[in-house]
Amino acid sequence: MKYWRVPLDTGEIQVTRGRVHIIEERCKGCGYCIEYCPREVLQFSRKFNKKGYHPPEVKEEECLNCHYCELLCPEFAIFSIAAEKAES
Amino acid sequence: MKNSSTTATPHPLEDLVRMDRIPHIWCSGCGTGSVFTSCLTAIKQSGIPYNQFAMVSGIGCSGRGAGYINIDSFHTTHGRAIPFATGIKMARPDLKVIVFSGDGDLCAIGGNHLIHAARRNMDIIVICVNNLTYGMTGGQVAATTPFKAKSSTTTLGNPDTPFNLPLLAYAAGATYVARWTMLHARDLTDAVQTAIARKGFSFIEVLSPCPVNFGRRNREKSLDTLRKYHENTIVKNGAHPSELDVDFNKGVILGTFVNVDRPTCDEVYRKMYWPAEEPKEQRKTG
Ligand code: SF4
Ligand code: SF4
Ligand code: SF4
Repeated sequence: MKYWRVPLDTGEIQVTRGRVHIIEERCKGCGYCIEYCPREVLQFSRKFNKKGYHPPEVKEEECLNCHYCELLCPEFAIFSIAAEKAES
Repeated sequence: MKNSSTTATPHPLEDLVRMDRIPHIWCSGCGTGSVFTSCLTAIKQSGIPYNQFAMVSGIGCSGRGAGYINIDSFHTTHGRAIPFATGIKMARPDLKVIVFSGDGDLCAIGGNHLIHAARRNMDIIVICVNNLTYGMTGGQVAATTPFKAKSSTTTLGNPDTPFNLPLLAYAAGATYVARWTMLHARDLTDAVQTAIARKGFSFIEVLSPCPVNFGRRNREKSLDTLRKYHENTIVKNGAHPSELDVDFNKGVILGTFVNVDRPTCDEVYRKMYWPAEEPKEQRKTG
């Protein structure tokens, strides 16, 4: 996990789990979601969408449901939804 | 936990966006869409019914905002977003009026309207997307272009000093002044929510990349600009507006700089001119 600054209670806090949804046809391939996801969940896919961009795809099933990609995406092309509670 | 590649689930902002107009015109890597998303998220999270809002934009890339939001909105003439917003506010003081426009529209072409709306403490929220250039018309030098930065009309570098927008808003009398970048999406969303909840003239400057017409001439890809937003900014709430010039070499200060109360234009006007209506709620227009 990539932190800008490691919090003191990293070991104790309960992490939320999310599921990231990608609307591939809307993506313009800016890469913001990929670059700034704190869990490095995403990567560029090899496929092209209709506009000729590479939309992101899920690399790690580690989404925190932080919604940061959703807030940063200029295209309304990605968002996260809370997943059922994780066991761990 | 399976992640779908392309999803059938609607985006959470689908109800606030005129989806028939998406994809929008903003270039790949343009920050305007990010600022717009933060703004819509703040509207949604405020819990206020959408028919209590109006959005007004001027001309320019970010001026397209009003055309994409699925609530009452005006796409106005160049530089005149604030006068239209003023009209809406005076006729319907119960509405939350948000001006979403760019630096060129609000601070250069419409600069006079900005300072006078701030002076009068007009109860509107101004979100100023500052991309440091005139993006839509081809990257000409703007009143916000940094010293020495290249533009299509200053090919050897800008010889002039740019505006410090928070200082301008503060000096003119704005009662809430903040600056964020589009990368500080959470702080920005919080700032818009604060502005929605308060009364008075709120000015929020948002730095946002224009990779196509500014970045390209200054050897800056959109992700390079975002890196500067991350690495060369300092959050300093309450900083004096005079320290807030945009110079990424020494670090750009972000935060909330002014948040004070002062009677708003519509309140004072009503008290003085229509005192009989005082105890009643606002007039309802049909
Ligand atoms: S919600 Fe957060 S953790 Fe999940 S993909 Fe988006 S940025 Fe990454
Ligand atoms: S932020 Fe949005 S437009 Fe940019 S790559 Fe990710 S999904 Fe595509
Ligand atoms: S010209 Fe610049 S500001 Fe306009 S849409 Fe393109 S990147 Fe954005």
